Parts: sequence; C-alpha cells; structure tokens
Amino acid sequence: MSEITLAELMIVAASEVWRDNGEVLASGIGVIPRLGASLAKLTHSPELLMTDSEAFLVAEPIPIGPRGNYVPKYEGYLPFDRVFDCVWGGQRHVMIGPTQIDRWGQTNLSAVGDYAKPKSAILGVRGLPGNSLCHINSMIVPNHGPRVFVAGEVDMVSGVGYNPARFSAGMRTDTIDLRRIVTDLCVLDFDGPDKWNGAAIRVRSLHPGVSFEQVQSATAFPLLKAHDLAETPLPTAEQLAIIARLDPHDLRAAQLKNNPPALRLASGIAA
Amino acid sequence: MALDKQKSAGEVVALRRDGMTIGIGGWGPRRKPMALVREILRSPLKDLTVVSYGGPDVGMLCAAGKIKKLIFAFVTMDAIPLEPYFRKARESGAIEIEEYDEGMFQWGLRAAGMRMSFLPIKVGLGTDVLAKNPRLKTVQSPYADGEVYVAMPALKLDAALLHVNEADRLGNSLIHGADYFFDHLYARAADACYVSTEQLHEQLTLMPEMAKQNRFERYLVKGVVHAPCGAHPTYLGPDYGWDMEHLKRYNASAAEDGGWQKYADEFVAIDEAGYLAKVGGAARIGQLKQPVF
Repeated sequence: MSEITLAELMIVAASEVWRDNGEVLASGIGVIPRLGASLAKLTHSPELLMTDSEAFLVAEPIPIGPRGNYVPKYEGYLPFDRVFDCVWGGQRHVMIGPTQIDRWGQTNLSAVGDYAKPKSAILGVRGLPGNSLCHINSMIVPNHGPRVFVAGEVDMVSGVGYNPARFSAGMRTDTIDLRRIVTDLCVLDFDGPDKWNGAAIRVRSLHPGVSFEQVQSATAFPLLKAHDLAETPLPTAEQLAIIARLDPHDLRAAQLKNNPPALRLASGIAA
Repeated sequence: MALDKQKSAGEVVALRRDGMTIGIGGWGPRRKPMALVREILRSPLKDLTVVSYGGPDVGMLCAAGKIKKLIFAFVTMDAIPLEPYFRKARESGAIEIEEYDEGMFQWGLRAAGMRMSFLPIKVGLGTDVLAKNPRLKTVQSPYADGEVYVAMPALKLDAALLHVNEADRLGNSLIHGADYFFDHLYARAADACYVSTEQLHEQLTLMPEMAKQNRFERYLVKGVVHAPCGAHPTYLGPDYGWDMEHLKRYNASAAEDGGWQKYADEFVAIDEAGYLAKVGGAARIGQLKQPVF
C-alpha cells in the first residue's frame, strides 16, 4: 500500500467539520473540501445533503472528475436560485479556501492591496458575505503562511468574522458560526475564550511532525493553544478506501505542492 | 396582431446607446449570450455599465474598452479561475466597480423587476461590500425588532441580453440546461430584454413538462435573435460544453503583447458566420463535452 499523503489526512480532517451538523447542505468547494464532505456523508453523517455541484441534489456523493459509467443518484433539485434560499435560511455548511484570513476569522476573496487599484484582483466577493453571515463556515488553507494568515484585517473583508468594530447597534450577529480551518500544518477552531474580543482562533490539532511554534511562526497573529491539543489523526484504511473510490483520478495528489506524505520529519517543513 | 420579434444581432446592438446599463445573463462561463457580446465588441458602443455574474463576456468587454463601470459579484471562467482581462482592467483602475455578494446581486435585480427602489437584506453587513461602496446604505426595521439591514438598491437595466436553447418569433423561450440561473430576473429588471436562441421556431407548441422550462413570459422579450452556437465558447447545457481549447487560447492572449488585438482581429473582426467557421463550426461545437463539476 502506498504512503498516506498529507492531502488524505486533510480530507479526513475536513470531513470532521461536518460531524453532528444535522440535515444541512454540505458544500465543499475545491477537491479536498469536496472529498471531505463526501467522506462525511459516506461515514459518520449520512443525513447531510449534497449536490452534483451543478443543480441537483444527490443521494450519494459523486466521484470527482470524469465519471465514466457512473450515474448520479438524483434526489432533488437545487439550482442557484434555491441555493440562496438555503443560505439565507441557514441550512448549509460550506468549506472554502480564501486568499486571506485574519484573527477575527474575516476572509478575503476579492482583491489584495489597495481596493481601488489592487495589486492582485482575485475573483470578487462571490457568496462570502452571505455565507459567512447566515450559516456555518469552515476554511481550507493548503499553504499555511503569513500571507494567508495576515497581521491586521484582511485587505477586503469579503466574509465576516467575530469583529465587533464591523457591526453597529441593530445588526444581528448571532447567526455567524465559524467552525474550523484545516491547513497543511494543523487544524484551527474558533473556540477561544473571548471570540468577539480577538481571542477566537485556537490550534486544535497539529499534523504529525508539526510543532505549535512552527504554526505560530507561520501565522501573523497570535494563536491560542487548545487545552487538549492533539495530533491530527491519520486516515484509517476504511477512510482511505472510500477516498480512493471518490477520487478515482487521484486529483487529491495535485492539491498540495509536491504531494507530501502525512508523516513528515519536523525538519522537512518550511515554516 | 401577429407578433414577430425576430431581429438580427446587429439590429439589437444598434438600438443601444453609449452609457447604457446592460445586464448579461448566464453565470461565469455558462450560457452567456456571446454572439450578442461579440456584436457589441464589433460596434462603436462605449461607456457601458455592465451588470453580470461575470465570465469571458466581462473579460472581452473589458479588453475592448467598452466598460465604464462593472457591477459584479465575481468574474471567472471556472476551470480557468482568474479572468485575465478583467484582472488587467481592475488592477489598472481602468474601470469603475460596484461589487456585491452573489445573493445581493440577484436581490437588486429582483428589486428592479418589482419596481422597488431597494429591498432589505442582511447580507453585506460587517463586510467591505458595505464599507467600500458609498452608494450602499442601511435601513432599520420599523417594527419592534428594530433590526438593521442593508438596503440593496434596485439594479435597473436599460437592456438585458440572454441566451436560450429555444425560442419562437413571439418571444416565448425555453432554457433546457440544468440551471436557469437568474435570467428571469434580468428579464424583469430590464426596460428591454433580448434573447438569442440556438433554435428559432415560428411558434412553440409544448407539452406541460417542456413548458416548465419557460422561465419568463414573452411580454418581457422585445427581440429574438437566431444565433446557433451563440453561447460559444461558454457552456450551453445540454447542447454543448464550454470550449476549453478556445478559452485557453483567449486566456493566453492576455499574456502576449497586443494579445487582445490579435484575438480580436482573428475572432471579432469577422461576422458571426466567419466566427463559427473559425472555431470549427456547429459540428465541432456540438461535440464539445459537457463539463462535469
């Protein structure tokens, strides 16, 4: 059996974010999040709803990439028109990969640098303002570093976070529900003791061979350490078999630079 | 009165004026009215405000200098995530922008179609969509809850351009793809809505199941343009997939000196029949595989 990859470990960590969410739409945007959501539905959380990433609800997750003879098992219809009804009603948990994340959990997918004349125009805010305000959100970061986890606020706040300065009286913030960030170094959560006061983001688990100090030095704001800080679990044989079936073209191998193994020597990691 | 709304793409574009606000249907690289967009590229129209869930439609109009202001939530070609000509225009400050969340955007189209000046929405609170847009204001509930919402302004359109699978001369239309996106809202938000269509019929006669694929009423439609392969190089389910080879070539042109001019000389400065011949004709386009997501 081939070596377990870091991407596979991250897929399993991603699948955990959808545990005990109940009957919500699980949207994993990108290869690792989608495989994570698919693994969640096929293992611990069969009640999750998923789509074919186009317009139909499916009873079982669709393998990623060219489908061969696979016939999707449709169970309903969810065109974009209805996706917004779902979002605004709060029945969704999405995992996306923002370009920047700050200590409040605010995210940027619009532009890096000056807004009027940005150094880098990205996609636009897309659905982040609505997603982040209305339902559960998690994030994926394939390249944990200070350019992603920035020192101050993100350059263009596309998704909201636990930042009181951004809200004034009468604006409801109780529907904001940020859960986890799965990176190539660790899993972070938002369970800090004072999340509305800049003390939200904790290191929940470290991937094998990674130290808290390494994660901190790759993050431009101070991190908290979970009191029960653990090592991120390796995938089980059963999970690996499901992942292989869901990703028959091995697209997961192209998600992280050089497709590193899950078990790395500490010295081999660039902070 | 026998209705015949058929027009040529040239006639539709000739009715537009500099400075108008034009909504373009579809989503990213999916079901874009590209034959009509190419006709705008060929025309002297300028200073347009473009309202679009953007794909190569927005990129090409940016490249050709047609856009004064862009109202958008994203611009992407999906498999090629970053739209090169949009990025150039955005990063050089060549276009004014008004950026909205995807849901706010459709809410603004709805407001226009309902003849409201705005609709309240929670989305946008706490973000730079609100902070960086001087046009956007909040509104407080007049009821006991006193909750504060964003007052999403109506996105009123002078014209909407849409592409459909089938239509008739009366303006009835059918969208067969898996998703009808928000074309129905563009149609309602516009003073004048024009559809280009793969197949043009004298008059549609439909069974109920097929009639469900009619997404907006013909009274909204002011003109119907027969444009086979008119969404190329974007994806028109179930008729043809996107033309990734062409989109890659278009994308690569942005990295070359004078790249847009070369692209435009080859693919824009000819008529639509010439364009279709250049890109392999209906036979090749009909074979383009539907994308899987």
